[in-house]
Amino acid sequence: MKELVVISGKGGTGKTSLTGAFALLAHNRVLCDADVDAADLHLLMDPEMERQTDFFSGHRAVVDPDRCSGCGLCRASCRFGAINDDLFVDPIACEGCGLCVAICPEKAVSFPENLCGRWFVSTTRFGPMVHARLGAGEENSGKLVSLVRREARSLAEQKGMRLILTDGPPGVGCPVIASIGGADGALIVTEPSLSGLHDLERVLQLTTHFRVPAMICINKFDLNLALTRKIEAFAADNGAGLAGLVPFDPAMTRAMVKGRTLLEFDRHSSAAREVKALWGRVCRWMELA
Amino acid sequence: MIISIASGKGGTGKTTVAVSMARVLSQEVPGRTLQLLDCDVEQPNAHLFINPVFESSEPVTLPVPRIDRDRCDACGECDRLCQFKAIALVGDTVMCFPELCHGCGGCMRVCPRSAITEDSRELGRLDRGRCGGINFARGTLRVGEAMAPPLIRAVRALATPGGITIVDAPPGTSCPVIAAVKGSDFVVLVSEPTPFGLHDLALALETVRLLGIPCGLVINRSDIGDGRLRHFAQREDLPILLEIPFDRRIAEAYATGVMLVDRLPEWRGAFSGLFEKIHALVEWRRGP
Repeated sequence: MKELVVISGKGGTGKTSLTGAFALLAHNRVLCDADVDAADLHLLMDPEMERQTDFFSGHRAVVDPDRCSGCGLCRASCRFGAINDDLFVDPIACEGCGLCVAICPEKAVSFPENLCGRWFVSTTRFGPMVHARLGAGEENSGKLVSLVRREARSLAEQKGMRLILTDGPPGVGCPVIASIGGADGALIVTEPSLSGLHDLERVLQLTTHFRVPAMICINKFDLNLALTRKIEAFAADNGAGLAGLVPFDPAMTRAMVKGRTLLEFDRHSSAAREVKALWGRVCRWMELA
Repeated sequence: MIISIASGKGGTGKTTVAVSMARVLSQEVPGRTLQLLDCDVEQPNAHLFINPVFESSEPVTLPVPRIDRDRCDACGECDRLCQFKAIALVGDTVMCFPELCHGCGGCMRVCPRSAITEDSRELGRLDRGRCGGINFARGTLRVGEAMAPPLIRAVRALATPGGITIVDAPPGTSCPVIAAVKGSDFVVLVSEPTPFGLHDLALALETVRLLGIPCGLVINRSDIGDGRLRHFAQREDLPILLEIPFDRRIAEAYATGVMLVDRLPEWRGAFSGLFEKIHALVEWRRGP
């Protein structure tokens, strides 16, 4: 079994639209949406939820006003500025470190577990899917990412699936690190802009750092051919394979509006033809039969 | 006044709006200084458009523990306190995992033998520079580092009271966004009228409302997709402050690091109008 993670560095380059297209082209796959912050893959997959589970992670401090003597030790010790003059803990600012709980002379601070979000196991027209929703403004997105990937893996093992197709988050921080660790390959989707190139450089450093083999796809490549050439040269210089170039095609957005993957919406569109060829190259590179 | 530009979904045009507004406002009133803080520390891009002359660069660090082995008697107090598994008692040795540390200082505090002192871990860099009337600062997360919020807070701490500060926030809806927009007077949400744009806007709006900050919407590529985003904005009483239709010239300018208002100066009025609307909404909320 293998896992391919689709990431991008820069947001909005077309990760989810491409992952959706791959879902149709791949066989024996489990889908996994690891962009738990702003999960969108379900908008194309129309999943039927089979199971949902609360995701608890970390703790939040709560001061019991009846036991509190008002000494203010907690406020003076909190490095996150989470405790105000009335000794009320701001749940958004609280980092969950537990120092106030440990040092309160009156034992007035309780430390309940924090409900951060939910994760789901669903069925779709492309097979099983594991996805999640992080609560607004919550922390621990990295842990939720690791959890959905673990669940997708055990589901794939259970069902004898050959591939886990994971839609990753943008950026290079905690959720991205959690989404690529131990993956068999990362497909980096970029676009021909200075921002796209800048963000590609950083995310490729990250995949190299964590020793995850990476391939690059340039979406909307015809919007700036000079930058497309520059990205191709950058990929070659850094030992990353080029999976393909996808032209700018309004069919991408139109498919999304219809809640369909690109190939279902219009398999003769110019983007669809390139995505098919690109998927073939990714399969050969990942040695997927 | 601090105005943050956020979005939920990535690639909707946050940076385009942030740099265009900063450019127009800094040129409008001679002598006015304006701050632009790039808080998208995972992927900072604003500098590609404003090309600032950088004047300083400093590391931003997080305090992490260091154990004095001679003093430590392996009592395990630190291990029991740490919620992040950054310090652990393994057999009769205390081990540190600084990359997991959140810098709360708790282990130092509870150690009965004062065996823990503070070391530091570099999260990234804070660079400052200028471009015309724009005072610019950006944070850049070290590649491989997971913890963005403390670095974002370090950039945000540069906001000078009294002036105009524009914050380019990271995408998403979780802790990095909170770190960037918290304490703002207004949040501009930038989205596009597609199902992904709408879905992520709804999540971002939830996050901004959790913080109780007034906000408005800029619709980018306003003529693609469908009408559901506008209906959502109406239903949610989210004022639509500006609409920017898809224009290949804007996309081409963006690709090469040219600001929208420099490539198409006819848009300058729209961005100064955007600021006037925000200003009026903030004043109205403050009351007489």
